[in-house]
Formats: sequence, C-alpha cells, structure tokens
Amino acid sequence: MNTQEFTISLFSEDHIGIMNQITIILTRRQINIESITASESAVKGVQILTLVVRTTPEMVQKVVKQMQKIVEVLKVFVHTSDEIIYQELALYKVRTTGLMSGNLIDRIVRDHNARILEVHPEFMVIERTGHKSQINDLLHLLEPCGVLQFVRSGRVAITRQVKELNAYLEEMDQANRQRPGDPESFN
Amino acid sequence: MKTKKEKEKVAEKTNGHETITGAEAILRVLVEEGVDTIFGYPGGAIMPVYDKLLDYQDQLHHFLTRHEQGAAHAAQAYAMVTGKPGICFATSGPGATNLITGIANAYLDSVPMVFITAQVVSNLIGTDAFQETDIIGVSMPVTKWNAQVKKAKDIPETLAKAFFIARTGRPGPVLIDITKDAQFEKLDFRYSKCNYLRSYNPDLPLRTRAIESAAIMINHAEKPLILAGHGVLISGAEKELLQFAEKAEIPVALTLLGLSAFPTAHRLYAGFVGMHGNYAPNLLTNEADLIIAVGMRFDDRVTGNLKKYAKNARIIHIEIDEAEINKNVTVDLEINNDARDVLRHLIPLVNKGTHENWIREFRILDRTESEKVIKPETVPAGGEIKMGEVISLVSELTKGDAIAVTDVGQNQMSVARYFKFSNPNSLVTSGGMGTMGFGLPASIGAKVGKPEKQVVAFIGDGGFQMTIQELGTILHYGIAVKLIILNNGFLGMVRQWQDMFFSKRYASTELVNPDFVTIAGAYGIPAKTVSEREDLKDSVKEMLDAEGPFILDVRIDREANVLPMIEPGASVSEVTLTYK
Repeated sequence: MNTQEFTISLFSEDHIGIMNQITIILTRRQINIESITASESAVKGVQILTLVVRTTPEMVQKVVKQMQKIVEVLKVFVHTSDEIIYQELALYKVRTTGLMSGNLIDRIVRDHNARILEVHPEFMVIERTGHKSQINDLLHLLEPCGVLQFVRSGRVAITRQVKELNAYLEEMDQANRQRPGDPESFN
Repeated sequence: MKTKKEKEKVAEKTNGHETITGAEAILRVLVEEGVDTIFGYPGGAIMPVYDKLLDYQDQLHHFLTRHEQGAAHAAQAYAMVTGKPGICFATSGPGATNLITGIANAYLDSVPMVFITAQVVSNLIGTDAFQETDIIGVSMPVTKWNAQVKKAKDIPETLAKAFFIARTGRPGPVLIDITKDAQFEKLDFRYSKCNYLRSYNPDLPLRTRAIESAAIMINHAEKPLILAGHGVLISGAEKELLQFAEKAEIPVALTLLGLSAFPTAHRLYAGFVGMHGNYAPNLLTNEADLIIAVGMRFDDRVTGNLKKYAKNARIIHIEIDEAEINKNVTVDLEINNDARDVLRHLIPLVNKGTHENWIREFRILDRTESEKVIKPETVPAGGEIKMGEVISLVSELTKGDAIAVTDVGQNQMSVARYFKFSNPNSLVTSGGMGTMGFGLPASIGAKVGKPEKQVVAFIGDGGFQMTIQELGTILHYGIAVKLIILNNGFLGMVRQWQDMFFSKRYASTELVNPDFVTIAGAYGIPAKTVSEREDLKDSVKEMLDAEGPFILDVRIDREANVLPMIEPGASVSEVTLTYK
C-alpha cells in the first residue's frame, strides 16, 4: 500500500464531541492519528483541529469527506507536507552533569536553534521547534547525556492557499440570505 | 369558572410567550413541527414528558410498544410510508440503549427520525447513576447528529435543529438526550423553526455543467443502464425517473431500497439488482457502456466483486451525499445534488433515444430466469408451498395497492423479487442493516402511517420471534396489519449459506417453534395455519378480508434456496440461476 503523510486542517463550530466523531471515522478505517492539536482559529468561535495521519491518497479523500459530513464541521482541508508550513515543538529534560561536558550547550543553541528554559543543579529543560526529523536529531544528540523526559507537541500548520476561512464563512452566510422560507419536507 | 390551574396558565402568558416546563416544551415543539404520532416507552427519567403527554392526547397520539426497539422500527416505518420524520421516545439507560439497533437501521437506510431520550438529573451525569448511560457517546456513530440538553431554555432551539438536520440533505436519525431536571425546569417558550446552520448546508448549488456533460454521455451511449436507489424515493423523483427513462429509452434497474421507485410492470423495468436480484440487470451491468446511478450508494450487496464490476461502463453518479461518491466505485462523472433536481434539469437535455437491441438483451435473459427460477417458484407444478408463490399471490390479490413489509433474509429477498410494486414507498424493509425482527414492529408503524392501505408483512419464523412481543401493541391498539409467517422451521438464509458454502452443516439454524396460532389466540388476533396448496388462496383472501389484524402461518418448503445468487466474492456477471 502506497501510504504517505497527510495534514488535515479541520475548522468547526466550537461543539463538544467533534474530536470524538473524528476519531470514530479514523478508527473505522484503521487509521492511526500521528498527532493532533486543537485551538481556536483566527475567527472567534471557530475551532481548528490539525491532524497528521499516514494513509493512501484515496483513503484520505474518503475520510475527509466523512469529516466534512459532521454537522458542526465548517471546512476540511487536506494537504501533503510540502503544501503547508508547519512546526512542532519539543521539550527535553536532560541531566545537567551530562550537558556540561565539551561545547555541547553551544552546539545545541547555535546549530539546533534551541532554547534553554530552565537550569537546575540536577537537570536542564531545553525547547526546540522544527520538523519531526530536526527534533529527533536533537534528541539523538542529547541521548548520551541522559534524557530524563522528552515530549513533542502535535503539528501546527498554516496553509499556503490564498482563500481563507473567512471567505468560506461569508459564502455560507450568503447562501443563508438567499434561502427562501422553510426547508422542503422530506418528500 | 376557571380552575386554579387554568388561571395560573393565563397569568403566565405574558408578552406573547408563556412560561412552561421543559417537558411541555418538548411536546409543543412536536406540535409546531407537524408531528401527530409518537412511538415510545416510558421509564423513570422521561416521566415528566409522559405526564404532560396526557394533556396533549388530542394532538399527539402515542403508541406504547412492548420494547424500545419495536418503537424505533415502528417509527421508522411510519417515516418511510408518510415521508414525515418518525418520532420515538425512550427513557435513560436501558431504554435508550434498546433503541440503538433501530437508530443504526434508520441511519444506514437514510430515514429521517427524531429520537428523544431522557437522561438522569444533570448533576448525576458521569457518576454511574441509576439507569445512566452515555447515550450521546453510544449513539454518535449511528446518528446524523446528536445533542444533550441540560437546561430547559435550550430545548426549543436544539429540537428545531434536530428536525432541520433529520429531514434535509441525506435524511437520517438524530437523537436528543434531555435531562430529567431540564424537563421539570421552566422556560419562556417561543419557537421558530430552524432552516439554516452555518456549518451544514443541504441545498447544494446545481451542478449544471456536470449535468450537461451527463446528457452528452447519455446521448452517445449504446447500452445505457439506470441504477436507481432509495434517493429517488427520498427526493420524490419517481415521475422524473419515469420521464427520463422513457424519453431516452433506458432500462431501469432498482436496488432493494429503490424498489417501488419505478413500476415493476413497466416495459423499461430491468429488475432488481444485487446478490439475489434479477438475472438480466446483474449480468448486463457488465455489458453496459454507461451506468447512470441515481440516489444509490453501490453497496457491496449490489456490486459483488468490485474488481469485476461494470468494467465496460462509464459511470455517472447522481448522489446527494458527497461521501458516497467514489467510496466503493470510482466514477467518471459525479453530480453531487438532489436526484429530483438533477433529473428535472437533465430531461430536456437528453435526446429521444431508441435502444431496441439493448432492451431485447434484457428480455432474452428475463425469459431464461422466468423458465429456470420464477415459474418453478411462483407457479410450482407440485410439492410443498413455495415462498415465492405466497408473495406472488398476495401481490396479485392486492393489485399492487398494498404496502409490503418484510423482515430480513429469504422472506425479504423473495418479496423484493416477486412482489409487484406500482406505488412509490410501498415497500418497507431493512436494507443496509439487515435487521432481523424489523418486520413485525415496522408493519405497525406502516399501518399507523397509512391506515387506509392494506399492510402485509412477510416475516420468517425466526424474525417473527425476535420482536414477537409487539403482538401486544397490535392487540392494544387494534392495528389491522396482516402478518404472514413464511414458516420453514429454519433460519432460512443462514441455512441456505450452510447448504451452499458450509457443506450443508446446519449449525444452530433449525428452529423448534411454538404454535403461532395459539400465540395469536392469546393476543386475540385471528390466525390460521396453511400447509396445503389448495387452501392457500382462500386463506390469503380470508386474511386480506379480515377487518382487524390477522396472522397467517404458512408452512413452506423447508429447505428451498433463494435464487439466482451472486455468491460472495463473485462478480455480478457470475450470477447463478440453479444450485445442485
């Protein structure tokens, strides 16, 4: 099976249970969520979920259509990694003694664009943003020093498309103004 | 003189709105939405609603079933024959979970329904309180939408949304879970129907360019075939389908849920497609050069092996639910719109067509099927009574004016094959879910929805016993349904598969049955057993002429198989006419 990584950006009304419905759709198709983040979007009251999944191009289209069907979902976009600008953030808790040898701290800060958030006699906390591979590179570098904790965030992504969500929302409201009276009944 | 209660009510009416309880608000919304029939079952958490229902008896007729599953199926059948949403009440916990099979059934068959379940008092939610179930979580995968209400003031708006969502777009069941305290709480009642949600737009702009392309494809096709499904009935496009088929002279095949969308007797009717469908449309699906799929979803029971499905055809898919397009079958042209809207626009664009040779191919195969399967099944020379002959006889005697209800399995496939439909929405069956036990409660809902129609249910002896307690509902309300038990003493379809694919090892399919006539007697329902062919016609007539309900227990050929059949994994063109 020809699988690849896709980033799904899903805009929805702020409603309890959306995440549950999305995981139901993915679970049925046996698709693992590699990462997930949720936050309020630039539009007040509109939630954005960013999911990273690995599947086939055909399957991602099918599940995205299912997500688009959820009543509270406003718009779903799916992108391959080269179509978006994205970042992940990681925190590393490393033994201070291990870090003090050589010029390691200098390399961490200069080459890996990392920041030291806290220094403690026992441990230091380092922060790094970047792509998964960059975050892993730093992890490998730190491993000999003794990594006490490591945590990576889900992906956050910005799309390159010119048409923004606001434009879609306006179109939706436009459709409302043109709608005549009550909806037709089932028949 | 006004009673104290009435005075209070008047005093509460101020500024054009009134203060009423949440329980009453639920009932008021139903009245505002044009509901007059409810199926349900009471229990602790929903008692405030049932209490208020006594005051609304002249506007809202409640049918107490004998199990919540029965209420769900009855309400679904009511929706299918009337076109109005089916309404169903149940209490919290087991009441709500007992609905799930019925909800899932309505979801797979796109039937508009509003389920109202009660929930424990809001401060007890999440504490594993008595009769508490997370019905929102449980019903999420099988509802089009669901929501919980914990404040009385939210009841009108939430229910308005529920009705809007249930009946628009691709219809489906919605569930609203209302806590007991919200039912007691008071609110200022004001109601306006919902007709817009920013995130949900069922009115799709008509894909006119795609329709124009479709017309060109249709005008150039030599062997076109229409595959029509439930979407035609839901959008009310039966007339348009007829006009379109007649103008372009294209044979029309129907899916199980599409049956009754096109008259069985019409010269362009190609038959029923799928695993036990007719010979010609299955076989010729793989000969067609163009398939026009209207309001159907290429279910696996329709397509058989997808790798060998319709490979000679280009496919146009007219479908309101975008998620169904390119789901199972990759199509050449998609028209993501309502079936009726598309057909209305399409009819003037298609040329008057003639496909005489192509239609002749269907007729030749029809003759083969008739000789090998249909005649032996419907007019057998001798032997035991056949399922097909019972159905064919009822169809003939009711002159296509009855509503046929089925259970699931051999009885269902035989009705689909041998009942002749002339009116839209005259078949009530459980399609996608294949729910055994659907038939008996569904017949109740169908009769309540269309009391002027003869409602005949064909149910196997297995399925009959799955929801047999609904005989109590028939007794209670004197519902004049005609129930035919096609009794072969087996779970017939499973036995057929054991016969064909499991070396005839009949594992747990033979039934030891009660005497159904005695049972019917206990419920005060006239009943009769028929085991001889010469008694069949008179008994069916007696049943049809009965004013009230009637049960006919017909002893049929115990080990007969429904044919033709596309074996699991086989292609539609590998349909077998005979076995053994």
